Amino acid sequence: MTRRVVITGVGAVTPLGVGSQALIDRWTAGECGIADGAGRCREFDPLEFLSKKEARRADRFSQMAIAAGAEAVAQAGLAEELPYEAHRIGCVVGTGIGGLPSLEENQRKLIERGEKAVSPLAVPLMMGNAAAAAVSMRHGLHGPCYGVVSACAAGAHALGDASRIIRAGDADAVVTGGAEAAITGVATAAFGAMEATSPTGISRPFDARRDGFVIGEGAGILVLEEKQAAEARGAEILGELLGYGATADGFHLTAPQPEGTEAARAISLAIADAGLTTVDVDYVNAHGTSTPLNDRSETVALKAALGERAGDIPVSSTKSAVGHLLGAAGAVEAIATIEALRRRTAPPTVGWEEAEEGLDLDYVPGTAKPIENGEGPLVAISNSFGFGGHNAVLCLAA
Amino acid sequence: MATQVTTDNVEKVIFDGMVELGTERDELSREATLEDLDVDSLDLVELAQIVEDEFGVELRGDDVKDVKTVGEVIDLVVSKAG
Repeated sequence: MTRRVVITGVGAVTPLGVGSQALIDRWTAGECGIADGAGRCREFDPLEFLSKKEARRADRFSQMAIAAGAEAVAQAGLAEELPYEAHRIGCVVGTGIGGLPSLEENQRKLIERGEKAVSPLAVPLMMGNAAAAAVSMRHGLHGPCYGVVSACAAGAHALGDASRIIRAGDADAVVTGGAEAAITGVATAAFGAMEATSPTGISRPFDARRDGFVIGEGAGILVLEEKQAAEARGAEILGELLGYGATADGFHLTAPQPEGTEAARAISLAIADAGLTTVDVDYVNAHGTSTPLNDRSETVALKAALGERAGDIPVSSTKSAVGHLLGAAGAVEAIATIEALRRRTAPPTVGWEEAEEGLDLDYVPGTAKPIENGEGPLVAISNSFGFGGHNAVLCLAA
Repeated sequence: MATQVTTDNVEKVIFDGMVELGTERDELSREATLEDLDVDSLDLVELAQIVEDEFGVELRGDDVKDVKTVGEVIDLVVSKAG
């Protein structure tokens, strides 16, 4: 029997607000959560979700994962009582960097006041697996649990791994996603130094005037379940994670391969893994960072993978509304994709106005538009690419 | 200059430190047990840092491994200073 993977809960903390509905409602309406050149989660108060002690024991990226996880777990109906044995529920959460604020704070203490000033909590707060650990502890999950670290592809890799854990039969459910809170002095300076971030502070993916990404923060957590088990317990099924493709450019530390060959292969693998062909794809949630290099190579990759249909499929970037959530991006964008399919509406690439030669797909300028394809379930791919040449693509349906 | 080690001073610093670490102030007393207050080994290491900063008294993990109540922590700091 083939085990299939469905989505029964979603939760998000993003610059558009706390909650997955704030994300999709406001993005669909064409709103943008970026302010002062950064996508900060200004509405997030950790003490609404954690005790003072719990908050002290979690870096901001873990705090956001706990909040997003609580929303997803509640929606899936896992909050009161786990529907499966605890050891049959896993937890896989990606991050690009981990607890950078904790690292920087303790580095400062070390320099200013010496070794004895460094907190005993420094390592458990900064470690890249801290969010996965925190979410598993919060809900008492005893299945496979770890962090995934692959820069801006981490959230998508986490979901892909989680789906494989379920398909392999190692768990019946996995709480999974990504979290990032790296709007810090070092990260901001470093991304600026490599000229990856926008000097104008504007995220406008695929627009001719784009000049870099806008750093954001947040978390997205989903509950994935084995389909028959979820149906048997009467869970509401939001969508299905049909396929996953992962490749590596093997090319450059930061720049994407200009021909997008391996990114295209990841897209093709995800569609094939879903048992589908390019004819079935109704919507693309692009990686769309707003950097000159990514948006060009991603467009080339989409054309290579989708062929003649590439120009007919709406392609939009969540990063136009929230900035680049780094290791959280893939998970938040998977949530946005599922909700877009459920509403049969492609949210816009906010701020897109000027075409560039060769960047000629339907980037959904201006306002949201219907995703047209009869009455049945709609299919989308969601792209995530990370520094280091990591490509992770999810094929989703709802 | 380190604060003078008196029982009152140590009690104040430890109570304030425990509140900072997340314990409710109205649950604090000399008789309260660390277990009841949900104070674990990581809290004790952080508390030891606060004590050392304030009084120059160094507490190691071994020093506090048998301590059961808040009052015993306070008395331990005072006795180590003496």
